[in-house]
Amino acid sequence: MATLTYRDALNQALREEMQRDPNVFLMGEEVGVYQGAYKVSRGLLEEFGPQRIVDTPIAELGFTGIGVGAAMGGIRPVIEFMTWNFAVLALDQIVNSAAKMLYMSGGQIPMPIVFRGPNGAALQLASQHSQAWEGWLTHIPGLKVVAPATPADAKGLLKSAIRDNNPVIVLEGEMLYNMKGDVPDGEHLVPIGKAEIKREGSDVTLVCHSKTLSVALKAAEQLAEQDISAEVLDLRSLRPMDEAAILESVQKTNRAVVVEEGWPYVGVGAQVVDIIQRDAFDDLDAPVQRVTQADVPMPYNKVLERAAKASPEKVVAAARRVLYLDS
Amino acid sequence: MATKVHMEALSPTMEEGRLVKWTKKEGDAVKSGDTLAEVETDKAVMELVARTDGQLLKVLVQEGATVPVGNIVAWIGKPGEKVNGAGSTEQGAAAPKSTPAPTAAAPKPAARAPAPPSRPAPTAPAPVAVQPDATRVKASPLARRIAKDAGVDLKLVQGSGPGGRVVKRDVEGGAPQATAAVAAPAPRSRTPAPSGAPYEDVPLTQIRKTIAKRLAASIGPIPHFFLTSEVDMERAAEAREALNQQLGEGGGKISFNDIIIKAVALALVQHRACNAWFQDDHIRYWNEVHIGMAVAIEDGLITPVIRNADVKSLREIGAESRELASRARNRRLKPEEYTGATFSVSNLGMFDIDQFTAVINPPEAGIVAIGSIVPKAVPDGERVMVRRRMRLTMSCDHRVIDGATGAAFLKTLKQMLENPLAMLL
Repeated sequence: MATLTYRDALNQALREEMQRDPNVFLMGEEVGVYQGAYKVSRGLLEEFGPQRIVDTPIAELGFTGIGVGAAMGGIRPVIEFMTWNFAVLALDQIVNSAAKMLYMSGGQIPMPIVFRGPNGAALQLASQHSQAWEGWLTHIPGLKVVAPATPADAKGLLKSAIRDNNPVIVLEGEMLYNMKGDVPDGEHLVPIGKAEIKREGSDVTLVCHSKTLSVALKAAEQLAEQDISAEVLDLRSLRPMDEAAILESVQKTNRAVVVEEGWPYVGVGAQVVDIIQRDAFDDLDAPVQRVTQADVPMPYNKVLERAAKASPEKVVAAARRVLYLDS
Repeated sequence: MATKVHMEALSPTMEEGRLVKWTKKEGDAVKSGDTLAEVETDKAVMELVARTDGQLLKVLVQEGATVPVGNIVAWIGKPGEKVNGAGSTEQGAAAPKSTPAPTAAAPKPAARAPAPPSRPAPTAPAPVAVQPDATRVKASPLARRIAKDAGVDLKLVQGSGPGGRVVKRDVEGGAPQATAAVAAPAPRSRTPAPSGAPYEDVPLTQIRKTIAKRLAASIGPIPHFFLTSEVDMERAAEAREALNQQLGEGGGKISFNDIIIKAVALALVQHRACNAWFQDDHIRYWNEVHIGMAVAIEDGLITPVIRNADVKSLREIGAESRELASRARNRRLKPEEYTGATFSVSNLGMFDIDQFTAVINPPEAGIVAIGSIVPKAVPDGERVMVRRRMRLTMSCDHRVIDGATGAAFLKTLKQMLENPLAMLL
C-alpha cells in the first residue's frame, strides 16, 4: 500500500498493464514527449518507447479511428483525450464504431479499447471546457463507463478497463489528479459495475460518483453535525450501474439525494432516480432529490461558476428536504 | 389570460378550508394583496388574498362550502374576459409552503358562557364545492406500507409532510403521534342555546374535525381523556340525612347516587357542551338531559336511563333508579329504557374503590366515575379536619369535549355536591 496521487495511480495502472500485456499501447495528444497534459503518462515513453506510447496530431477523430481499427486487429489501445471536451470531435468513432462493432459484426469482432481523459469542470475554464460528459456516454449501449473518485479506484478501474474486451470509457476527474490516497500495490482490480459505500449512514443516501464523492462526503459531515446520518454511495461505474447497491442503501435509509457534476436533463441522476422509484417505491418516504450543475453553460465568472456547481451546501439542503426538515 | 385563485394552505397542516365569507364579490376590482375571502382552516379563520391585480370575474365556491387545498375557488382577470367555470376540481400547487410550526398550544381558560350568543341557522348552506379528493390521502409509499402492515387507517393520521403528506415519522410505531398536539387553540364554543327542540345538530367545524381525526386514532375509536376531582361530601351527607328523616320510614330513602345523578344532570344544564353525542360529521348537543346509570348485572352491565333527570326531584330519581336497577338485574328492561342517555354515571363507591376511570358509552361524550366516600384528614386553615371525601373521575371524548370544557363542568358538579342547596337555584 502506497500513498499516491490520482494521476500517479493511473500511471501505475497503465505501466502495470503495459508490462503485463505487450498488446496494450497508449495513444493521444502529448502523451509521449510531454508526458501527458496532466502528467498521467510520466515516464512511460522512456520505459516503453515510441511504438507503444504514441504522440498524435491534434486530430481526435483520426487517432480515435486508428485506435478502433487497432482494436479490431486484436491489440488493446488506450486512447487518451486531452479532455473529454475535445473527445466530442471523435464521438462518431466512439459511438458509431467502437460501441456497435461487436453487435454489428454478429459477435465476431470484439472491441478491447479504452477511452480515457479528464472530465468535468475545473476552475474558470469557461463553458466549452467545463463539461461533464457522463450523461452523453452512459446513454450508449455497447459502452461501459467508469468514473473513479479516489486514487485506489482510479488504478483498479483503469486496470479492469484495459483488460475488458469491450470499449470502456474512463472518466477521470479533472480536479482529482492531485488528490492523494492509499493505493494497493500490484494486482488491484476494481470490478466494473460495483458501487461502494464510502461512508455508512442510516437517514439518507447520497448517491455520487467521481468529483461529487468529495462533495457528498463534506455534506455528510455537515449533516452529522445536525444529527443526520448520511450514507455516501459512490457509484464508481455508471454503466453497468450497480442497481442492487443503490436499492439496498435506499431500502435502509428510505430517502435519497443524487449528486452529479452534469446537467439535470436526462443526466446520470435521472437514471438513478428511475431505478429507485421503480424498484424501491415502497421504501421511499420522500421524492428523490437531485443536486446537479445549474442547467446553463458553465459561467466563466468565478462567483457564478461556484454558484452553478453542485456543492455540499446544496446537498445538505436537499437532504433536509427529503427528511421533511425543510420545505 | 385570467388567473386562477386557489384554496391555499393557510396553515401548515391545512388540507381543506371552509369558505366562511367572500369579502369581494364578482365584478369587484381587486389588487394583489387584497383580501378576497375569509377561510376557516383547521386552526383559525384566515384571509385568502389576491395574488394578482384585476377584476374578480367569477366565484366558484359558495360561502359555507368546504374545499380541498389546491382547488380553484375563483378567477381574476380583465373585465369581460371569459373564464372556465368548471375548473374547480383542478388540483393546483398554489399553496405557499411554510415550515411546519409546532402545533401544541395551551387551551384557553375555561371562562366560557354556557350559552353562546348565536346558533347556526337550522339549514346549513348546501355544500356546492366539488370535493373530488376528499377521501384521497396523500402518503409516501413507505408510510403507506408501514400503515398497511400496522393496520393503521391513513385517513386518521395527520400528515406532517408537504400538503399534509403522511410520511414515515407520522406512522412510525403503528399509531399516529398526534396526541401531543391535541389541545390546539381553544375552539369557539358552538353549543347552541336551548330552543325547545330535543336537540340540535351542529356541523363539525374545521378545528373540530381536526381534533376528531387526530384523537380518534389515539386509544381506540374514542379518544378518552380523564379528569379527576375530589369532592367534600360532608354537606351532601348532612342533606341526605335530613331529607331521609323528613321522608320518614314510609318513603324510599335518598341515596348518594341519587344526589350525584341530580347534581350531574343540573351541571350538564349549565355545561351543555358536555351533554352531547359525537355523530361522525357533526356533534349533537342535547337540550334534554338523560342520565345513563351503569348497573352491574350478572356477567355484564347495562345503563338504564333516567330521563330528564335535571327536572326530576331527588325522590323521583331515587324511586326510578331503584326500580330500573332492580329490573335491570332481572333483565326486564325495555330497549327504550337503556338507550338514549346523553351522559352517564358509573358508581363503584360501594365496592371501596377510591377512584377509577369509566369507559365512555358511545355516542355519549362523557361519563363520570364515582369512587367511595371515605373520611380523610383535610387541612382547614391551621387545623386538620376529618371530612367525608369522594373522588370523581370524568372520562371525556376529546372529539367533543376539550380539557377546559370538561374541567369547567367538573367544577360546577363539585360545587353542587359541596353545597347541595345550589341545586335548588
